Amino acid sequence: MEGRLDTSTTRKNGDSLFRTVTLLFACSIIAILLVMAGEMVTESLPSLRKFGWGFITGSDWDAVQGSFAALPYLYGSVVSSILAIGLATPLSVGTALFITELAPHKVGAVTASLVELLAAIPSVIYGLWGILVMTPWLQSTVEPFLIEHFGFLPFFRGAPYGVSMLAAVFILMIMIIPIVTSITKEVLLAVPPSQKEAAVALGATRWEMIRMAVLPYGRSGILGAVILGLGRAIGETMAVTMVIGNTPQISLSLLSPAYTMPSVIANEFAETTTKLHASALMEIGLILLVVTLAINFLARLLLWSVTRRWKGGVA
Amino acid sequence: MILRSLFMRRAANLGATLLMGFGTFLVLLPLGIIFYHIIKMGFSSINLHFFTKIPKPPGEIGGGMANGMAGSAVMIGMASLVGVPVGIFGAIYLTEYGSGKLGTSIRFCADVLSGIPSIITGMVAYALLVVPLQGFSALAGSFALALIMIPIVLRTTEEQLKMVPVSLREASLALGVPLWRTTLKVTLRSALTGVITGILLATARVAGETAPLLFTALGNQFWSKKLTEPMAALPLQIFNFAISPYDDWHRLAWGGALVLVVMMFGLSLAARWLGRGRHTG
Repeated sequence: MEGRLDTSTTRKNGDSLFRTVTLLFACSIIAILLVMAGEMVTESLPSLRKFGWGFITGSDWDAVQGSFAALPYLYGSVVSSILAIGLATPLSVGTALFITELAPHKVGAVTASLVELLAAIPSVIYGLWGILVMTPWLQSTVEPFLIEHFGFLPFFRGAPYGVSMLAAVFILMIMIIPIVTSITKEVLLAVPPSQKEAAVALGATRWEMIRMAVLPYGRSGILGAVILGLGRAIGETMAVTMVIGNTPQISLSLLSPAYTMPSVIANEFAETTTKLHASALMEIGLILLVVTLAINFLARLLLWSVTRRWKGGVA
Repeated sequence: MILRSLFMRRAANLGATLLMGFGTFLVLLPLGIIFYHIIKMGFSSINLHFFTKIPKPPGEIGGGMANGMAGSAVMIGMASLVGVPVGIFGAIYLTEYGSGKLGTSIRFCADVLSGIPSIITGMVAYALLVVPLQGFSALAGSFALALIMIPIVLRTTEEQLKMVPVSLREASLALGVPLWRTTLKVTLRSALTGVITGILLATARVAGETAPLLFTALGNQFWSKKLTEPMAALPLQIFNFAISPYDDWHRLAWGGALVLVVMMFGLSLAARWLGRGRHTG
C-alpha cells in the first residue's frame, strides 16, 4: 500500500470502475449459458424444421439417405442412466452414512478422501479400464452366468458380447457413486446434532437414530444428490461410448449393445458429411442440454434449500 | 412407533451397520481394482521413449505419447489464461457486491453450468470456432476447456474469498484504502493459497477432459506446429488407443492413463498441501 491519498472523487471512480469490470466478468457466466443455449438452438434448426416430433419418435438414423431420428439414443441414455442411478443410490447413501455416522473419525476421513479420489479419475480412464478389463470379464464370466440362470427373463437374453447395456450401467454406476456419495455426505453433515442427540436420548439405537432423525431431515438433500447423479450419468460420454457397443437398437435385453445420445455425438460429429447430419447431431445435443439443464436446475434448488453455503466445486 | 423387543432392535442395528460397511467396501473395491490395473499395466509400458517420442503406426514396437502430453500442457495453459482471470474477477464481484438477486442468479448459473455435459461445450466451441476458422484447432480445444474452467474457478475462489475475516478488510478500509485496492491487496492476497488450490483443482479437472476435445482439437498423430491446426492431447490419445484393436497401442494407453492419474493426483495433493499450510500457518 503506497501512502497515496485518494481524493474522494478518484476513489469513487476507482471503485465504480472496479465494480463494473468485475461485474462484466461475473456476468460472463450468464452470457456463456445464453450463448450455449442460443448456439445449440440455431444449429439444430434445420433438423428441427425437417423432422419435427418425428425426430424423437422414430428410430431411423441413416446419414446416406439423410433421414434422422433419435429414439434408440434416447432409449439408451434413459435406460442406462436410470438403472445406474438405481444401483448407485443405496450404495452411495450407505457409504455416506458410514462416513458420517458409523466410522470412527479417522476412518471416515480416509474413506471420504478415497471416494474423492474415485471422483477425480477422468472418464476416459474408466473407459479404458472398462473396455480392456471389465467387458472381457463380463463376457467370460458374468453374462454367461446371467444367461444360464436368468435367461428366462427378457432382460438377459442373447449372446454374451461383453460390450453391452449392462457394461454401460456398471461403468456409470461406478462413476456416479463418488459424486452422489460426497454430496449426500455434505447433506448429512448439515443435519443438526440436536436432532440426533434427541433420538439417542430417547433410547434409539444408532440405526433407529439414522432412520428417524438423520434420513428424514436430509431427505430433500439426498434427493437432490441423486438427481444430480442422474444428470451426470445422462451426460457421461467417454466411458459409456467405449463400453456400450454403439449399436442403435432398442432391446429389452441388457446383454445387447446399445447407443446413447452423447456417444453418437462423440462418434459421428467430427466426421459429418452433410449439414443435415451435423444439425441432427446438434439437435441430439440440444435435447441433452435441455434435459441436463432441467435436472441440474431441480437438483440445485433441492440442494440449495438444504445448505445455503453450497460449494460449486464439489460437482 | 411400534414397540419391538430389544433383541430385534439390536439385530436391526447390527444388520444395518454391516450393510453400510459392506456397501462402503463395494464402493471402494473398483478404486482398488482400477488402480491395480493402471499401475501394473502402466509401469510396464513406460520408459524414456514414452516421454520423448510420438506414437508409432500399429505393428511397430515402441513410440510414446510426447506430443499428447505437450498438447495437453499447451491447451490447459491457454485455457487457464482465460479461465483463471475471468473466474477470479467474477468471484470478486460475487464476494464484494453479489449479495443481491444478480449475485444469486450468477451463482446458480455457475452451478448449473458445471453440470452441463462437457461434450456440449465441445459442440458449442465447434460452432463458434471450428466452423468460422474452417478447421479443427488447438485454439478451439483451449476455448472449450476454458469454458469448463470458468465456473469451477469462480465458485472455489468465491469460497476462499468469503473466508477472509471481515476485520481485515475493515482495517484496510479504515486506513483509507479504497475498496478496490483493499480487495486486490488484502482480501485476494490473504486468500491467495486457497485461490491457487482452487486453480490447481480446476486444472486437474480439465486435464482429464476428453469429450470437449473430440471435435475441437481433434488430435494429431504428429507434432503440431501452429495453434490453428489440430493438436494431440493425452486423454484423446488414451481414447483412440484404447478403442483400437492393437496390443501395442493398448500398452501406450495404459501408460498414458498412469501419467494422467499421477499428474492429477499430484495436482490435488499439491492443492491439499497448500490448503493445509494455510490452516496451521
